[in-house]
Amino acid sequence: MNVVVPFEGIGASVRRKEDPRFLSGRGQYTDDIVRPNQAYACILRSPHAHAAIRGIDTAAAKAMPGVLAVFTGADMAGIGGLPCGWQIHSKDGSPMAEPKHPVLAEGKVRHVGDPVAVVVAETRAQARDAAEAIVVDYEVLPAAATMEAALAPGAPAIHEGAPGNICYDWHLGDKAATDAAFAAAHKVVSFETSNNRLVPNAMEPRAAIGDYDTATGEYTLWTTSQNPHVIRLLMGAFVLQIPEAKLRVIAPDVGGGFGSKIFHYAEEAIVTWAAGRLGRPVKWTADRTESFMSDAHGRDHVTKAELALDKDGKFLALRVSTLANMGAYLSTFAPSVPTYLYATLLAGCYTTPAIYAEVKAVFTNTVPVDAYRGAGRPEATFLLERLVDIAAAEMGMDRIEIRRRNFIPPDAFPYQTPVALQYDSGNYHATLDAALQAADWAGFEARRAEAARRGRLRGIGCSTYIEACGIAPSAVVGSLGARAGLYEVGTIRVHPTGSVTVLTGAHSHGQGHETTFAQLVADQLGVPLAQVEVVHGDTARVPFGMGTYGSRSLAVGGSAMVKAMDKIIAKGKRIAAHLMEASVEDVEFDRGTFRVAGTDKTKSLAEIALAAYVPHNYPIEELEPGLEETAFYDPKNFTYPGGCHIAEVEIDPETGQVQVVNFTAVDDVGRVINPMIVEGQVQGGVAQGVGQALLEQAVYDAEGQLLSGSMMDYCLPRAEDLPPVGVATHTTLCTHNPLGVKGCGEVGAIGSPPAVINAVVDALRDYGVRHIEMPATPQRIWSIIHAKRPAAAE
Amino acid sequence: MPQVTLTVNGKSHTVEVEGRTLLVELLREKLRLTGTHVGCDTSQCGACVVHVNGESVKSCTLLALQADGAQVTTIEGLAKPDGTLHPMQEAFREYHALQCGFCTPGMVMAAIDLVQKHPQGLSEREIREGLEGNLCRCTGYHNIVKAIAAAAEVMHGRRSEIARAAE
Ligand code: FES
Ligand code: FES
Repeated sequence: MNVVVPFEGIGASVRRKEDPRFLSGRGQYTDDIVRPNQAYACILRSPHAHAAIRGIDTAAAKAMPGVLAVFTGADMAGIGGLPCGWQIHSKDGSPMAEPKHPVLAEGKVRHVGDPVAVVVAETRAQARDAAEAIVVDYEVLPAAATMEAALAPGAPAIHEGAPGNICYDWHLGDKAATDAAFAAAHKVVSFETSNNRLVPNAMEPRAAIGDYDTATGEYTLWTTSQNPHVIRLLMGAFVLQIPEAKLRVIAPDVGGGFGSKIFHYAEEAIVTWAAGRLGRPVKWTADRTESFMSDAHGRDHVTKAELALDKDGKFLALRVSTLANMGAYLSTFAPSVPTYLYATLLAGCYTTPAIYAEVKAVFTNTVPVDAYRGAGRPEATFLLERLVDIAAAEMGMDRIEIRRRNFIPPDAFPYQTPVALQYDSGNYHATLDAALQAADWAGFEARRAEAARRGRLRGIGCSTYIEACGIAPSAVVGSLGARAGLYEVGTIRVHPTGSVTVLTGAHSHGQGHETTFAQLVADQLGVPLAQVEVVHGDTARVPFGMGTYGSRSLAVGGSAMVKAMDKIIAKGKRIAAHLMEASVEDVEFDRGTFRVAGTDKTKSLAEIALAAYVPHNYPIEELEPGLEETAFYDPKNFTYPGGCHIAEVEIDPETGQVQVVNFTAVDDVGRVINPMIVEGQVQGGVAQGVGQALLEQAVYDAEGQLLSGSMMDYCLPRAEDLPPVGVATHTTLCTHNPLGVKGCGEVGAIGSPPAVINAVVDALRDYGVRHIEMPATPQRIWSIIHAKRPAAAE
Repeated sequence: MPQVTLTVNGKSHTVEVEGRTLLVELLREKLRLTGTHVGCDTSQCGACVVHVNGESVKSCTLLALQADGAQVTTIEGLAKPDGTLHPMQEAFREYHALQCGFCTPGMVMAAIDLVQKHPQGLSEREIREGLEGNLCRCTGYHNIVKAIAAAAEVMHGRRSEIARAAE
């Protein structure tokens, strides 16, 4: 039988399996789920950035129609705080300040949006009405809304036990070697920059439903999470003390995460606990205003960076000093972001031999800050790629040439950086060359001149970046302070008739795992895509998992699946050897068929599966029946995607408006499983990077009020703000995972912001501009243009 | 409680609502048509777009009572009864114009209205401008724009099917 099967394996742009349900309105997001007899929670949040709670009067609220209960911090006093998953030690060896993060405020509120009380009522509207009837007696305290204010002498103390509002004062690298290199340098280039604070804004607002089964004593939490097993662990063990066996966490369809749905949030604990107290399911859904003041924000660094160069433009040393905003409490992975996900990336793709970084993490009266797409790596890349451009300008060198001169050469891998990481593979010249060609860098001056004739200022900029993802080797991150392992788990269940269920600990919230992971199975086991079902997001179905973040799903989760499939094949060979009366060593497997080498004796995977489940003729003495295998895969190293992004912009000098007119990304993400999905991931990441560069910023006033607290005030990129994004890949394989994959989820958001700002600075070169802060808003640019006449005109 | 009578996806419903109930709440909570999403509270995101009497409308911005007597189409009502997808749905899949899928129902409904209002065709710029009321945080819009352009060709009879050229 010769059926032509369309190629569905590794490398095919297979259309996504999940799309039909999303396109027809049959997705099941958390807020779409209604449990029988469900009640609704509304959370009363602090309107003040910093205040003592003198009293809470809930009597009127409790008497409102439909109200089932009103809870305050006093009701939840016996419950643990929200735990932090990563402990950093300061330079002097002392552990970071780790103040309690109560689920509901205990005596004090520390940011606008801090949860103070919760109303549970029959309907959403009734819960909201009653929340408005709660009277809280606040004694407003002076607030520290910025890091500068929090570090000033006499600043308000946000927590007891965090003197000076410092969480930690950490460093990495060889200070003496760095100082020595600076002392001997031909040239030192320095600049200061802030990395703008962002609000992730996944389109689906967070939501949670708690349920309690009075018959079994089992709790179930549906939540908008990127990692349900991690939530079960954190909430069960640390907050509510519910044993894992009695707690099921389901993250159903999730409408985007970008990091913001990694963390364990108060509302998850509140609805679960309230469901137990009331014996009814309790649902909470954020409105967007709540999302702005309760989802963890991202970035928010202030940095001074200095680069030492020799006379040929070779980088000798880099010195970086950063203040990182933690917000009012430590979110789940916050401490790791400006340390091990940031300073370790400061070598970039360059051979800089000495690097020293200091990072001070600061508490402020703002929403907690944690990982947002890229997490630490965009901040490192931005300062490095800006610094390289500034250095080129000040050395009178070409921007491309200075990069080439400092690239880690393709034959130098594995390459040990001075900031802890060992890069396994890459070819930075190749991605740069491909991008220069695709963007027609050489032809740019003609386009600049043409734009000038139209009265527009045109500029071009590039960034050559590297990132570390696929986190991470458990022993390594454990030694760096992680309180979890970072392996991943995959189960391959071959059913009796040969269809396959994959159970993965990774979670898909837009990444298309149901398709990509099925392609791995199609490729390795030869099972048609239509017969592969990928299950994720349910602790009762998936054995265990660490979830999806840090572009780890394929590199770590996919590798676990490969290992599990290896075990399936190994067992299948033994069954096949028995059935075909051959020795195991003689049985080969290739895409669905077991064959006795050199013969035409074959058995299909489906036949083997049937024999495994109906073991009438089976080596039952030495082999268990069934065909299901689970593997835990612990990565050997991070993976290191890299590449080159080129942005071309036009500025209208009348308005200061920047339009990105061309964007080219050439990324090395390792082996590509589904090119269509990879392109989509890069385009989406670039959109968020352009948003950071030009549009987005979370702004607090001096009192700690969030001024950009709605989609009317916080500028998210819309279709007309963005150009078409050209995406290409150039592959060097990851050397230490079985698929050779590196990860593609974050590269867009990491590589693009400096490319855009480098282009904006280039467009304004006649105005003597050295650096522009993000977001490069029309106002910022207009002010520059109108403050200075073009150098050329003087 | 006041009553509202309206036709949703061809089916007539009479529902009791509070005066403050929004059309989107009626659709999601009373009729359990949860394909229409809520992404914001300031009428910015377009996740809630449905068609009311043939025009795209943000259903979070209309009181249920204002829809009395209206013909409403939601994402659930787009495909043919035999399951054949609307060309816009087809194009979104073919061009990978969705990732998490949360903005998708509103995006598809808005895009259909946009195409219908431009029988002469749409440039890339016009599509981008026409999506002003819809946010997508996942895709960067690149593939959404391509999908809409392809669907427009089919909807206006200039092409017979949505098939993405091999690239
Ligand atoms: S829900 Fe955002 S515009 Fe309607
Ligand atoms: S696909 Fe996720 S918001 Fe558009």
